[in-house]
Amino acid sequence: MKKYATRIFNFYKEGFQSMTYGKTLWIIILIKLFIMFAILKLFFFQDDLSNRAQTEQEKSDYVLEQLISP
Amino acid sequence: MNELFDLSLINWSRGQFALTAMFHWIFVPLTLGITFIVAIMESIYLKTGNPEWKKVTKFWMKIFGINFAIGVATGIILEFEFGTNWSHYSWFVGDIFGAPLAIEGIMAFFMESTFIAVMFFGWNKVSPKFHLASTWLTAIGANLSALWILVANAWMQNPVGMRFNPESARNEMVNFWEVLFSNTAINKFLHTISSAYILAAIFVVGVSAWYLIKGREVSFAKKSMIVASIFGIIFSLNTVLTGDESAREVARTQPMKFAAMEALYDGTANAPLVVIGGLTKSDDYDTHKRQDFLFKIEVPNLLSTMAFLDPNAFVPGIKDLIHGNPEQGIISTDEKIQRGKVAIAELSAYKSAKEAGDQVKSDSILAKFNDPIWLKDYFKYFGYGYYDNPHDLIPSVPISFYSFHLMVGLGFHFLALLIVIFWLTWKGRIQNNKWVLYTALFTIPLAYIASQAGWIVAEMGRQPWVIQDLMPTLTAVSQIDASSVQITFWLFAITFSALLIAELKIMFTQIKKGPEGGH
Repeated sequence: MKKYATRIFNFYKEGFQSMTYGKTLWIIILIKLFIMFAILKLFFFQDDLSNRAQTEQEKSDYVLEQLISP
Repeated sequence: MNELFDLSLINWSRGQFALTAMFHWIFVPLTLGITFIVAIMESIYLKTGNPEWKKVTKFWMKIFGINFAIGVATGIILEFEFGTNWSHYSWFVGDIFGAPLAIEGIMAFFMESTFIAVMFFGWNKVSPKFHLASTWLTAIGANLSALWILVANAWMQNPVGMRFNPESARNEMVNFWEVLFSNTAINKFLHTISSAYILAAIFVVGVSAWYLIKGREVSFAKKSMIVASIFGIIFSLNTVLTGDESAREVARTQPMKFAAMEALYDGTANAPLVVIGGLTKSDDYDTHKRQDFLFKIEVPNLLSTMAFLDPNAFVPGIKDLIHGNPEQGIISTDEKIQRGKVAIAELSAYKSAKEAGDQVKSDSILAKFNDPIWLKDYFKYFGYGYYDNPHDLIPSVPISFYSFHLMVGLGFHFLALLIVIFWLTWKGRIQNNKWVLYTALFTIPLAYIASQAGWIVAEMGRQPWVIQDLMPTLTAVSQIDASSVQITFWLFAITFSALLIAELKIMFTQIKKGPEGGH
């Protein structure tokens, strides 16, 4: 089992090490993920319903209220 | 009632969703199609053992990798928006939307991430057959991911296989297979992936044409053109068939969208199909949103044939759908609005009865929400109840009309071009036809325009609905501050545009380097 895990690890490690332009792409992907999760999600895209209601029932009540008296 | 909504918030939320979805869709179609093109090329390499095919395969695999990296995770922003900007919608659709998206997420992660790694890192490390299988599985995995997203979108266009639970204010799935295999879902999936394959074929042909214009990589470019043009021709024909079927489905389930796509105001039997036309606002535009044709070229009876497989069939126009047409069994929008208001009032009465502890009354109202006849007569028009003016239910006719005709026109251009490319390449004359090569090169952006136009028809044409007839955009949107949506709109637009420029630079550099470049 350990042997297979090592082989898989080395497979990925050698693959990443042999990349040329791929390294730049990975840097851009990581920047993108950082912007998305550490900035946009954390500060700007909070879950609206969770901020207004805690339980499932409260969420149902809130949405129902919005549907019948928007 | 709709004057109570913050239109600025609705418009910014729609704008933001359109921006992120269109940005995401720049990359998805190329990924969906080029993976299959690469798999076919690698299959030829394995069959022939010709190292040139390996070079061809590795180059397009590299282009796929760059495109994949540029587009990866941009779709996640859409999911953020569901929770923040469209929380009422997200709650209302319940698991019907959540289940396909969850399956998509798991499938995308396990299939694509595993087999993509083997595709890129596995040359000379795994057996050739296992490598080829990984390439095919990457293609299949990417396309299966698209299936689940498109099923969710199809449900919004034609909500089936569900029941509304007034207690939880959610729609609950009662028949998974009806959701998955509705005609709308099948047509949407087949039409969307076929058109994505055409885009990928046009991309490969166009880049190969650039090499031939430059007099470089001649054998490589010709091999790429043969595979891509055959692939593109097959799926162009499939796109015509599935497009025809989709139009029929739209005529049946979204007649207002269908009428807007053809700018058809007055319904008629033996309806002609407008091939080319120009619109202008009529004198009564302000009250009826009517657009007249400045000019048009049409084919007699074709619209009736396309919509109902009968040249004599009546195709309802916008006027029939707004004012009703008893002869054709079409009820007026005013009537639908009244029925929608009844459904909303019943939902309100149900909530009041529950709060007052009136079990008998709440049970009797609940029974209505389980009664197929009441659901068909009233709840079916639930969303109409938010409107007072029937003309607010007409989508933008110019946007629907022009997007639809642009998409169809370009589709036929792609088919003709791919046939010409295939023929000339097969006959060994492609290099001598510079105008064909330049046309192929300049058709690359047109493929992206056609692909985006298809989504504009689908999404703008169904306005004002988020879920057809049940939930209009104005009730789907969260009650948040419009300024916060504006901030995230510009944040996304600026940061992702900057990243896009950086990433495109990498792609253009690799194309310039050609098949011998690094990986």
